[in-house]
Order: sequence, then C-alpha cells, then structure tokens
Amino acid sequence: MNRCAVIGIGQTKHASKRDDVSLAGLVREAAGRALEDAGLRYADIDAVVLGKAPDMFEGVMMPELYLADALGAAGKPMLRVHTAGSVGGSTAIVAAGLVRSGVHRRVLTVAFEKQSESDAMWALSPRYPFQPPLLAGAGGYFAPLIRAYIRRSGAPAEVGMQVAVKDRRHALANPYAHLHLADISLEAVRASPMLWDPIRYLETCPSSDGACAMVLADEDAAARAPAPPAWVRATAMRSEPTMFAGRDQVNPRAGRDCAAELYRQAGITDPRREIDVAEIYVPFSWFEPMWMENLGFSPENEGWKMTVEGVTALGGALPVNPSGGVLSTNPIGASGMLRFAEAALQVRGRAGAHQVEGARVALGHAYGGGSQFFAMWIVGSERP
Amino acid sequence: MLRPLTRDVAIVSFAEMPAVRREWERDEVEMLVPVITEAIEGSGIGRKEIGFTVSGSSDFLTGRPFSFVIALDAVGAWPPIEESHVEMDGAFALYEAWVRLQHGDIDTALVYAFGRSSLGEVRDVLAMQLDPYYVAPLWPDSISLAALQARALLDSGRATEHAMAEIAARSRSRARSNPNAQVAGAFDVDALLAEPYLVSPLRRHDCPPISDGACAMVLVAGDRARRAKTQLAWIRGIDHRIEPHALGARDLTRSPSTALAAERAGVSAGAVDVAEIHAPFTHQEIILRDALGLGPDVDVNPSGGALAANPLMVAGLTRVGAAARKIMDGSARRAVAHATSGPCLQQNLVAVLAAEPEAVR
Repeated sequence: MNRCAVIGIGQTKHASKRDDVSLAGLVREAAGRALEDAGLRYADIDAVVLGKAPDMFEGVMMPELYLADALGAAGKPMLRVHTAGSVGGSTAIVAAGLVRSGVHRRVLTVAFEKQSESDAMWALSPRYPFQPPLLAGAGGYFAPLIRAYIRRSGAPAEVGMQVAVKDRRHALANPYAHLHLADISLEAVRASPMLWDPIRYLETCPSSDGACAMVLADEDAAARAPAPPAWVRATAMRSEPTMFAGRDQVNPRAGRDCAAELYRQAGITDPRREIDVAEIYVPFSWFEPMWMENLGFSPENEGWKMTVEGVTALGGALPVNPSGGVLSTNPIGASGMLRFAEAALQVRGRAGAHQVEGARVALGHAYGGGSQFFAMWIVGSERP
Repeated sequence: MLRPLTRDVAIVSFAEMPAVRREWERDEVEMLVPVITEAIEGSGIGRKEIGFTVSGSSDFLTGRPFSFVIALDAVGAWPPIEESHVEMDGAFALYEAWVRLQHGDIDTALVYAFGRSSLGEVRDVLAMQLDPYYVAPLWPDSISLAALQARALLDSGRATEHAMAEIAARSRSRARSNPNAQVAGAFDVDALLAEPYLVSPLRRHDCPPISDGACAMVLVAGDRARRAKTQLAWIRGIDHRIEPHALGARDLTRSPSTALAAERAGVSAGAVDVAEIHAPFTHQEIILRDALGLGPDVDVNPSGGALAANPLMVAGLTRVGAAARKIMDGSARRAVAHATSGPCLQQNLVAVLAAEPEAVR
C-alpha cells in the first residue's frame, strides 16, 4: 500500500444559515482553503470525492452532478459517498484509498451539509410500512440508548452537562465553529429545556450549514507541500445490521471492531497512552463517555470518569474534541470529515488556539445511522 | 491507467433480479436477498470471507433517507463488516471495490445495487438532479432533456430517426434471449416510426422502460483469483470521468468523458467482441459508440441494454455483469462495459473485461 498524507485542509465558517452562499459557494469556500493550504490549484487535482448525508437535507438528488463544475471535477473521476452520519469519515477513507492504491496522486475530498435548505427533522422522520416511526429525528432515537448507558454505568446525571460545557468552551477557541456560547455554564445547561429525556437543549448538536475539504496526496506530492503533512497511519470502516436482536446499541460491536482494526494497523496497543488527541463524533453530550468506552480509552461503564476527572478537556491527558466537536458545529454530512480534518490539523500543529501542545498522533472518528456505521482514522506527524 | 497497478481483479459471479415495471410485494431487503445469495453462492466464496462490501442506490427513488441502511440487512453483516455505499449507480460501487482490492490486504469484495424507479414519477424525480437554482425550478424532466440531446444529434447529421428506431428494434429483439429483460419482442421499424412522438424527436420506443430491479456481483483478486477453477471475467481496465453539469457548457452530441474513460481503461488496446453500453435512450447509443471507438463488427448490447430494462442505480452495474457473463460463458474473449449517470450522459464509466488476467500496464 502506498503512503498517503493530508497536505491541505479547509473548512467554512459554520452557521445555522449560510444564506450568503449557494451550495456551490459553500463547498468552494472549503475546497479553496484546502487547496490554498496545499499550495495547489484545481488543475493539480486528479480526482474528487464528495460526501454528504441524505440528499433530502437539501432537496437535490445526487448533488455531486451539479457540484462537478464548482469543484473543478470536469474531465476527472468524481465519486459520491453516502454512509449516513459517518459519511464525512468514510468519504475521507475512500479518497485516501485512491491514493493508497496508487490510482491517483492528489485527491480533493469534500463533505458538506446545508441544513437550512431543508428540514432535517422532517427528512429523518418519515413513516415506513411495518416499521415503528422514528419520530422527532435522531434525538428521539438516541435518548433511550443514553438512558440505557446511564443505567448500566451508574454515571452521575451531571456528566452529560459537563461534556456540553466543555465542548462549547473548546469551541470558543475555534473561529470556524458554529456556536460560540461565551456564557455557557452547568447552570445554563441544566436550565435549558428537556428535549428527549435525558437530552437537554444545550446537550444537543446544532443544525449547521458548512463544508470541510482536504487534499490527500502520495509521498512525492506530500514532500512538495508547503506545510507539514499529516500522515494517514490507519483507516477502518465497520457496519452492522439495523434489524438484529443481537446488537448492543449502547456499545456497538461495529465500533469496537473498527477501533480494534484501526489500532492493529497503526500498531497501537495502549490507545489511551499512545493517542494524544481525539476528535470524536458526539452529537449528544452523553456520547462522549459512551464512545470513550467503545473506543477502548476506558474500561466498560467507566468512560464517564474521564469526563468528570477532566481527562477529555483541553489540558487533560487525552483532550477530546478541542475544536468544540459536533456539539458546537453540525453540518451533518461534513461533521465526520471535520473530525478527521481536525485530527490532522492537530498533528500538523496548525490547529491555532485549540492546538493540543505536542500532538503527534490523533484519532478521527465518525458514526452514523442508529450507531451501525463507523469510520475512523489515525493520523500522525511522522511518516509511517 | 495513471499509475502502475499491482493487482489483477476479476468478476467471479453476477446475479440480477428480473426487472419489473413495479415491484409490489417485496421491499429492498427482500429484492436483494435472493440476488446477493445467488452471487455469493455462485462465487464459491463463503459469505464470511467477503473482505469488502459496497453498494449503490439513491434515496430519491425510494423517497426516504438512508434507504441503503435497511438494505444492508440483506447482506447479513454480523459480525460487523467493512462496508461502504455510493449514492450512485452500482457501477461506481464496483469501481470503489476495485480500488479497495488494489490495497492488497483483502482478496474478495461484494458489490450490489438496487433501484425502484416505480415509487415516484421518475421523469420528474430526475429533474431534482439538476442545478437547484437555475435549472431544476423549470422542472425539465429527464425525457425532455434527452429529447434536446437527440434533436442536437439529429441536427448534426450523425443520426436519423430511422437509425434510432433500428436501435430500439434490435435491442428489444436481442432482449428476447435475456430472461431478466422487461421489454422484449419483435418490432417493425416502419411501424415504430409511424407512432406519434412522446417528446419530439423521441417516440416511446426511443425511451427506456421504468423498472424496479437489483443485482449483485462478487470480485476476487490476486492469487485467490488465479486459483479459481471457473472462467473469470478479468477487469483489465476501469475508469470514470465527469463533465460539466451546465448543459450549455457541453456539446450534447459528444461524450468526451466516455472517450477519456475508454482511453484510460484501454479499450483500444485490443479487439472488442462484445460491448454492453448503458444508453437509456436510443440516440445515446450512437453517441456512446462513437466515444468508445467501437467498430461496426462489435456486438452491442446482446442483453437488450437499458432499452430492455432500466432499473435506475442498477442498470449500469448490470451492463458490467452482462458483459462479464459473455466472458464467463466463453462467448467473448474481450468485452467493454459502460455505465452512465446524470442528465444527458454527464458522467460515464468504462470497464474492459477479458478472459485472461494480464492487465494493461
């Protein structure tokens, strides 16, 4: 397998409504910044891989067709990935695959969502024959899983609120983040309306317009890049069935298997010690402790202790979501790629005010569906 | 190919559901279970040995988000599997699988596709693929856009309505030997030409049927493929290219993306016995034949092509499967398969299949 590196990263300013740009303008804002970071132009790119969540979020069927012009894809191969909420991660993995296989040398990968064009709650809540209605979107689906986690682990009720405060404080150091809640506090979270017990309004991700882009390159192209690259050390995807009684939706096997494969590829035996920073897909606050366990950073039922002890805060032993994470920015289709890109920014030393000092190995994580779909990568500052 | 590749990849099995105008009784999982089972059993590879699974479909056909999520239940993804999905025709999922197999750490892949065009007004649904600001609000339906392209081709002098009717008659006549075809029979060209226009200059026979369908394919690579005891269809080259979306920025009578993909896939490196071309409209076969550089002696669309069955998101992968079958049954040594996506042939994939593994380096 050929080596692959991230040599360019760009993202938009995320907001609930980017009505100053079209869909094309949104993706170009991110793609242009990624190319600038890589010191390249559209003409230097061999192929484009686009990812986004359901097309109904904007009401454009297969929008990669329309976006081909804006992304300079004419005359090139263009792929469109869709793997539910994990799509931003799996899109980056498909793009990295084009480089690692030796098919292409420089690939532009872009993920976006412009949620203000439609209504995600509506798009996520259709009625299907012979299936119970999902009702009220993703929160309604995940709240029972969170309750099950709290019951299993005996975690104190405040843990979710602490995650919500921590990630919003992190976001204050990230100029691209959607939410900048300067006066966030435990009291404010506690006082916010209960949406899906136990998920309060301030423990929920926002609905964002935004895009993220990366330029992935082979070793030769990485050597010519103007800024230090982030080397892709491992990638993994795992999926499990939706209708299967043997699933543990609180601590899904697909996530555990995906992490195990990732660590195997990267030669990591003690993730808590060997990984310096993690960008994890946490759309509802309680998913931080849940994923800490699923990813093997903590023994089962003890992930919440990492939050309580401050391990996952900037300055802690394993900062989680220094960018502010999905709780601060959620253009759904791009949210996974933002995790992957933020991980890469950290090991490149280019994360600005939310940089984790001395970060050399970082994890990017995304999940989707009803926790059936996982995509992860590990990037490092040193060439593997 | 842009760069030297290290691994030979072959199609070992292919299965498809007979296309129907409207699948009333089965949902996507029930449509897929038989074809996935048939493809896996036909491959001689155990279900748990599949290294990578990837599918193609579109939520806008089903009218629900995440339609591929439930479809995955047809695979039996337990223990969890390495899996991905493209919101495209299954032929592009095949491309992703081929790239994945180049990595060298796995030897087998399952590719599948499903599409139910019957659940909505597909002519109008496809209008949602267009530029959402300047074109889609005008609701140009897919047949009207194809008609614009056909008119341009007729005006260029490279096609006649008679030649288009001949393509329809030939395709549906060939489809009589394809048990999975939806529209097959003997049609008289003059009688076809006596029919009224549907959208001038297209008559009903120039257009594809509305189809529901599903298909699945298993790939093997490297030594594992070389040890196979059956005739495989080796993928000697595969490439895809996209064109600008803006219709006014393109010469609709040409398909430069097909020509470029064909060049990259190595179509001209040897004689072509059979070509399966994804041309939903009769005039598009003329454009694509030109772009692929196929001579008059090439047997085009012995399956009947998309004019005999056109389940959206499936029909492209089906072309590859149909071409592979010709290699696997020994009736062809070298075949070309083509898949298209988007309005007026915006995006095109070309694969070269052969009975021998030596790749074009």
